Amino acid sequence: MRKPISATAAGLCLAVAVNAAEVSLPKERDLLGLPPVPVPADNPLTLEKAVLGKKLFEDRRFSADGTISCAHCHRPELAFQDGLAVSEGIGGRKGTRNAPTIINAAYYTTQFWDGRRPTLEAQSKDPFVNPIEHGLKNHDPIVGVVRSDPAYRRSFERAFGVKPAQITIDHVAQAIASFERTVVAGDSPFDRYLYGGDKNALSPAAVRGLAVFRGKGRCVSCHVIESSTALFTDNDFHNLGVGFERIADRLPEIIAAFRKAKATGKPVDEAVLSQKALSELGRFAVTGDVSDLGKFKTSTLRNIALTAPYMHDGSLKTLEEVVDFYDRGGFANPMLDGGIRPLGLTAQEKADLVAFLKSLTSSRFATTGR
Amino acid sequence: MKRRQFLKGMGLAGLGATLPFSLVEISFAMGTKPAEHESFTFAYISDSHLTHLGGTRFTRNFDQGLRKAVMEVNLMDPKPDFVVYGGDLAQLGKREELDHGLELLSALRPPIKWVIGEHDFYLDMGRYWEDKISPLHYSFDHKGVHFVVLNSILTYEDWIARWPTAEERMANMARLDNPHGSPFLVGEAQLRWLAEDLAKYDANVPVVVLSHSPLYKIFKPWNFWTDDAEQVQKLLQRFHRVTVLHGHVHQVLYNQIGNITFYAMMATAWPWPYPVSYVQKPNQVPKLTVFMNRADPFHERDGTGWDILDLDSGTITNHYQLWMNENRTVAFDFKLKHPVDLKYQDPDKRIPPQFHY
Repeated sequence: MRKPISATAAGLCLAVAVNAAEVSLPKERDLLGLPPVPVPADNPLTLEKAVLGKKLFEDRRFSADGTISCAHCHRPELAFQDGLAVSEGIGGRKGTRNAPTIINAAYYTTQFWDGRRPTLEAQSKDPFVNPIEHGLKNHDPIVGVVRSDPAYRRSFERAFGVKPAQITIDHVAQAIASFERTVVAGDSPFDRYLYGGDKNALSPAAVRGLAVFRGKGRCVSCHVIESSTALFTDNDFHNLGVGFERIADRLPEIIAAFRKAKATGKPVDEAVLSQKALSELGRFAVTGDVSDLGKFKTSTLRNIALTAPYMHDGSLKTLEEVVDFYDRGGFANPMLDGGIRPLGLTAQEKADLVAFLKSLTSSRFATTGR
Repeated sequence: MKRRQFLKGMGLAGLGATLPFSLVEISFAMGTKPAEHESFTFAYISDSHLTHLGGTRFTRNFDQGLRKAVMEVNLMDPKPDFVVYGGDLAQLGKREELDHGLELLSALRPPIKWVIGEHDFYLDMGRYWEDKISPLHYSFDHKGVHFVVLNSILTYEDWIARWPTAEERMANMARLDNPHGSPFLVGEAQLRWLAEDLAKYDANVPVVVLSHSPLYKIFKPWNFWTDDAEQVQKLLQRFHRVTVLHGHVHQVLYNQIGNITFYAMMATAWPWPYPVSYVQKPNQVPKLTVFMNRADPFHERDGTGWDILDLDSGTITNHYQLWMNENRTVAFDFKLKHPVDLKYQDPDKRIPPQFHY
């Protein structure tokens, strides 16, 4: 009988790093500054599942031409992103959005930049069948591989207690999601400073930057820091004006086209990744609510120094550019979030903010970063 | 029957089924003959208070509010027949402000019906508005409904004559809690015009009056007040379906006086608090049932918005578009004979901003 491993911080501290396929459950220290990893009741986190999930995550056979795995865009050696402005899928096809790191993706309450999926499980199934990502027509080839490959047959039996003929795409999704729940990391210099009692963990510039972050910079209103943990996201969606100028003038027509495409049953997923204009609709593409136009999810800032370029379209190359962007008050547009306004930061304050952002890198995955 | 079909079309019938019946049911048992006219929708944008800072600079926040409303109206589906601009386009009546407002509003695709506010008026007594934008009072008919636009922000001649400069006059009219202020008036000439205008219409014709200030008396120190409101109300008495839509008060507010339903329209610039929280003695604020949200100063758009208005059976269903907040719909209940909030009327349904004030 497999025993589910509790994902509470206390439970995790009992787990020992395991050498199997480099997957390990985070130790309590790794989670300094983070809450317990949320785990759905119907997919308890086990090491067997996570190890299997990593293997699935890296399997290129799950694509139309055998070249694309999840790790193609979420590269472990690049902090689980790809360093590109927008990702490239099968046959070098360019998408419309920047690949987010999967480090700490387990903490988001919705997945994708527009939040169109509620869970890691649901999210993990979409790229396989997107024509510009893995390019499969449906999930059948994946199920075919895992049912016939002897190593997978054994792994699924161990992880889920299922016979090969019983394996479905949902088992695949649960295993991948389980792996992603092990790719979590706190314990950055910031965490050691604020939550670990180490007043020397941050440089004086980073300490000043934290004050700007919480005060004049207004950053903390969306990139949340709480009393004992910090996710650096409000799990909400905001219009900053990035990319909005691509659609502002033609918006009524673009929305009409989108509504038409949706009415004909075209998946949102495919529409927003293949058409630049539709991509810029942001959260609206999911809710149909005009007030969600051009809104994208607040991304966590943890490990942000490892995940350039920035914003949903990868249009800002450096942290300095990002800070300048916010200092100007975003890009003006009629739907700009009401919390975004010019900040009037000094050169010193901007430099301090960047120093602070660089203190958010976790040791757990930094060694594999650039 | 017509109204029921209409509500179904709006997707409200399903909503009603999940809410307390006595509070949200829209009664169809009409006491008088239903007004027959074609249903239609229009939008209402108001109180943008565009403020000239010098040169080509204007207050960014207020520009943003108007731009957002314009974009959202342009994206309405189905499209509105027209848009009412409810006044106070400018902050201090300057040509720069009115021109800037016309430029921002030129992006609006539907036609505009204009109502003047005191901030547009008291610098040049409405001359630029009348030359370049619209008459100050007029009426029109649309799909069987009679619309009357009033200039309700006139005031007493001796007050107008008191000020040595136009700028001082404007500044004093713009100020709240001003001991040297003066209440608004529709005035005798306009009342005569209104009586003649209405005389042409049968009592069953639905009437909608558009004014900047409320045509009733709410709170005098802030000029939420029209001094001769009762005389306007008297002229409207014989009609079976009368609605007054006004700007000026920058908040969710609705009321019923006799046969007249009053709705305040949202501002795009900033929210005012509900004035009853400031007054120490009895006043004529209607009994407060659903509070205005308290605005979060971090979010420039919080507490502001605009309105979508559906006209059916001679009454208005008002969809408050509340930025940063849950939208609300207020509709006339034929059984209770006053407007009701379709969702938040029930104390158990209220959301924190309604009691954290």
